[in-house]
Amino acid sequence: MYSEPYIEPASAHSAGAPIEHRFNPYSDNGGTILAIAGSDFAVLAGDTRHTTGYSINSRFQPKVHALPCDPPIVVSANGFSADGDTLVRRLGQRVQWYSYAHNKAISISACARLIQTMLYGKRFFPYYVHTIIAGLDEEGRGAVYSFDPVGSYEREQCRAGGAAASLIMPFLDNQVNFKNQYDAQTGEPKAVTFLSLEETIKLVKDAFSSATERHIHVGDSLEIMIVTKEGVKVEYFPLKRD
Amino acid sequence: MDHMPENWGRPRSEIYGVYNSAIHNAGPATHTQQPSITGTSVIALKYNKGVMLAADNLASYGSLARFTDQERLIKVGKETVVGISGDVSDMQYIELLLERLIIEDNYEQDGHNLRAPHIYEYLSRVMYNRRSKVDPLWNAILVAGKKDDGSPFLAYVDLLGVTYSSPSIATGFGAYLAVPLLRKIASDDGDEKKITEEQARAAIDECMKVLFYRDARSLDKYSVATVTTDGEVTIEQNVRCKDMSWRFAEHIHGYGTQKM
Repeated sequence: MYSEPYIEPASAHSAGAPIEHRFNPYSDNGGTILAIAGSDFAVLAGDTRHTTGYSINSRFQPKVHALPCDPPIVVSANGFSADGDTLVRRLGQRVQWYSYAHNKAISISACARLIQTMLYGKRFFPYYVHTIIAGLDEEGRGAVYSFDPVGSYEREQCRAGGAAASLIMPFLDNQVNFKNQYDAQTGEPKAVTFLSLEETIKLVKDAFSSATERHIHVGDSLEIMIVTKEGVKVEYFPLKRD
Repeated sequence: MDHMPENWGRPRSEIYGVYNSAIHNAGPATHTQQPSITGTSVIALKYNKGVMLAADNLASYGSLARFTDQERLIKVGKETVVGISGDVSDMQYIELLLERLIIEDNYEQDGHNLRAPHIYEYLSRVMYNRRSKVDPLWNAILVAGKKDDGSPFLAYVDLLGVTYSSPSIATGFGAYLAVPLLRKIASDDGDEKKITEEQARAAIDECMKVLFYRDARSLDKYSVATVTTDGEVTIEQNVRCKDMSWRFAEHIHGYGTQKM
């Protein structure tokens, strides 16, 4: 993984030496996101709390966005919100320019590669975000791509990102990819199957209400974007506000 | 009088040639590393007929109360007010940018005028681009006005380019002291519909009083601006904190004159 930029060297604080204070161009605005791909759908969900430090700036600041393309792609860049908003805005422009240049909508695989070049283009002053996109691939199957801040990416069945990613991801491994689940009779690992949309939504709500219990930067309300061949549907679900 | 210090005490130009000012300006480019003259919190909340915001009139130089009549609520265009906290010289530069923006827009006599969302979009890009040059404008800004659909608009942007909106927002110390009080009446989107102008004003006055009690870089003199959804802007100046009680100070060693 990447290393944190602008860590003040410990030696600067030794006795007598002046304490150097420099402007830190990054901050962390909390929140968490989660995407799951199904057989013919994909969901991308995010909480709507916006924080800095221990302060809640807003209880409703949506961070999951639908890109201006058809078939639809939904995107969220979680972490430092100024970078996230900028990335999503520029991606929206690039996706529109793509449609003007090629007279067709961008595929999700091309969109993923585009995001990689946009993120890597700022390799030495990165967008401090965990990016996830969700939509349908060219065969109409649900697709989720996730990115690290400098553009490494992968297509996956599911991915959690942001503040509570470490709380949600193991739960997803177990409930979506059936990791550590075995058949009681044969003792074989449980076969992986697609979840239905209803099961997926339930799983997303459970993941977020549990993350809300244990993480202070997650809460207020949950926004779930569901992509099917019919288009994008948005659902809201209240979370604890404490 | 020549006001340029680099010209003082130089050999005469007509005899020795013009001084190369590049020598004076040599050295690395410097950026704002810390604010110097600062304004403290700006607070704001939406109510049923618009947005109300307040900021006190103090410009501090560190802990020194340097200027006590600094206006920090700026009317921009016809129906927007911008409230700025943080570095005052950067604030004045932002005022200049906004004035230029409005003048440029007015050249097109197309009947369109820039409203709060447009000014906010502009400001947030300026702030983000400056932070990306690692040469930030050291401010936290609230933009208040109305949206294109006529509903109230209130949003925040700071020196990092971080943006958000909420029915009640405050910058600086106000985020800790005023927001909890304002959220009692305006915590969720839609709550503003139930708040009258009188209730909003009472909440704002109460918050400014609490801020004066506990924020050491604040003043009991402030301005209150209202932007209605009809597009009317009023800025009431020289408002004073009322009904304060400093009785508690009698019993605290270190407050005021001490009886030893």
